[in-house]
Amino acid sequence: MLVIKDLQASIEDKQILKGINLTVKPGEVHAIMGPNGSGKSTLSAVLTGNPAYTVTGGSVEFYGKDLLSLSPEDRAHEGLFLSFQYPVEIPGVSMVNFMRTAMNEKRKYFGQEPLSAADFLKIMREKRTIVQLDNKLASRAVNEGFSGGEKKRNEIFQMAMLEPKLSILDETDSGLDIDALRIVANGVNTLKSKDNATIVITHYQRLLDYIKPDFVHVLYKGRIVMSAGPELALELEEKGYDWIKEQVDSQQ
Amino acid sequence: MNALQQYIDLFDASRDVIEQQSPELLNTLRRAAREQLQDARLPRKGSEDYEATDLEAVFAHDYGVNVNRLPFDADLANTFHCDVPNMSTCLYYTSNDAFHSSATAERNIGQVVVEPFSMAAVDYPELMSAYYGKLARMSDPTVALNSLLVQDGLFIYVPDGVIAERPIQLVNIFNAALDMMVQRRLLIIVGKNASVKLLACDHTQSPDYRYLNNQVVEIVAMQGATLDFYDMEESTPLTSRVSSIYVDQHEGSNVLIDGITLINGFTRNNYHVEVNGEHAETQLLGMTIASGEQHVDSHTFISHNAPRCHSNEMFKYVLNDNAVGAFAGKILVKPNCPRVEAYQGNRNLCGAPTAKIYTKPQLEIYTDDVMCSHGSAVGQLDEEALFYMRTRGIGIDEARRLLMQAFVADVIDGVRLDALKDRLHYLVEKRFAGTLSNCASCAQACRVNQEK
Repeated sequence: MLVIKDLQASIEDKQILKGINLTVKPGEVHAIMGPNGSGKSTLSAVLTGNPAYTVTGGSVEFYGKDLLSLSPEDRAHEGLFLSFQYPVEIPGVSMVNFMRTAMNEKRKYFGQEPLSAADFLKIMREKRTIVQLDNKLASRAVNEGFSGGEKKRNEIFQMAMLEPKLSILDETDSGLDIDALRIVANGVNTLKSKDNATIVITHYQRLLDYIKPDFVHVLYKGRIVMSAGPELALELEEKGYDWIKEQVDSQQ
Repeated sequence: MNALQQYIDLFDASRDVIEQQSPELLNTLRRAAREQLQDARLPRKGSEDYEATDLEAVFAHDYGVNVNRLPFDADLANTFHCDVPNMSTCLYYTSNDAFHSSATAERNIGQVVVEPFSMAAVDYPELMSAYYGKLARMSDPTVALNSLLVQDGLFIYVPDGVIAERPIQLVNIFNAALDMMVQRRLLIIVGKNASVKLLACDHTQSPDYRYLNNQVVEIVAMQGATLDFYDMEESTPLTSRVSSIYVDQHEGSNVLIDGITLINGFTRNNYHVEVNGEHAETQLLGMTIASGEQHVDSHTFISHNAPRCHSNEMFKYVLNDNAVGAFAGKILVKPNCPRVEAYQGNRNLCGAPTAKIYTKPQLEIYTDDVMCSHGSAVGQLDEEALFYMRTRGIGIDEARRLLMQAFVADVIDGVRLDALKDRLHYLVEKRFAGTLSNCASCAQACRVNQEK
């Protein structure tokens, strides 16, 4: 579904991604790990079309479409979803209004009629149980005053509502206690199917105990320098990143 | 060039007609106004308190004045319905500057007095002479001009202890087939421990003529009185408005004034609040949504003349295209007024690089032991929030609209009339979607659309 070839990107003239190659197929879970500043979050930002970043080379195909030529909203409609590392608070916009607008914009994109209020609320009720999101949260402004755990659960709730084909979870484990981590991971696993795929960006092995990856990639200095099975995550947990850094730096 | 001169000349030529048609009380003030205007000049842009606004230019146009008070539309109540759904109001109309009541006006009978000055001068001569022209400052040439040319006005009186069951709604409509200036004038007296909610909306029926509403409102809130005054403008790009609202608050009174501008051409709103009694509470709110070439200037002055009072002021502007907004707010705490709490805020969202806002918050405090603050901020839409919404599939235009709506939501939530609050959320949504016409809030227009 996703084919990234030699992707290069910069922010304010600083080159962050220096040639990423990655292919994701339906049903797969990919973990992207790597030390701070290696470009993990930049990769998710570029894939979702954050205007702060400039693509300087390479290509991304998503179900055969040129992803990079689509607006962020059209990428979402085509089935791409990003769970933010720092979900944004939007005072004054209620979760209900926000989600309903999002879902109806998607329906409009595919030439469908908007959802009725009753149908929408029914779906919302069903989906919020997946991450045990309180009804009260649903009626509040988007992420405003949510705790760290609530914000991340809210991200997965939105994922459940929008039913993306490819979800990128950007450090979804950061700021979560053990219970919240389990709820979030359970949510992700519930939503997993043979038709959708997940890219998990994380520093730690911990999340991967709950969300089992098929592949683990190490991102360093804007490139994927190592790819292997889930055992790589365990090795990294034990040995850290230094041995990979040394290996890569010595090759340069 | 002196824009006032044409109106002074008109007055001098028509003095007898004007005076014959008006209660003597108005004529007494008129003579003082004529003297005041002898050497007066309207402020030009850049003069004190008019940093962004040129009043001389606004009045310079050759507006007609309905000296002979010819009726323009005898059956207004049946041709123009402007109501807020789910809100049962007592409805009154002003066609240009002539008052009409409607069938629903009967509802508060026995409770609230709403009648033209011509009647009030006979029915309530003591109240009229005690309060008419007493708060408004004639040193403002627009107030003097109003006092010079006004022939009638609306007198609203809530007797002591009366809690008005239904809100009073006043619909002001411009509907003349010529360029025209009117002098709207209100005198509102809320008696001791009385309570009333008042909604005024300004509309313009024809978008093709230039109109100017030069309005003066005087409000007296007696001891323990409660008044909500929502003053909404939904006119046309060719409509100008200069409005001055003067408030006198007695002990323990609670006054909310909310100025809302959804569509207009040029607007200058002056608010002058004198808090004269202890434990009085003042809410002064403003919301402006402006695009195109709209110009909205709010000038506020709250004077705390008594201890232990509380005022809260918040004005929000959303400006797009070439719109110009201005806000100047001054809070004065006089000597020997301890325990006053006064807060002022002005928040502005400039949605386009060509939109402009001028803002000037001011505090002047002569008593220790008070709590006062003021804050002013100008910003753009939050890029992070926009991107976040887009990643959820919400298109950029829709995302911008949601954020602009969210920005003004808390000012709307300050409205203490639920039906109006809901209606405002709806109108603002339509305003940002660009589908609000000058008659969108008119039930008649909705009915016509439904029939189509």
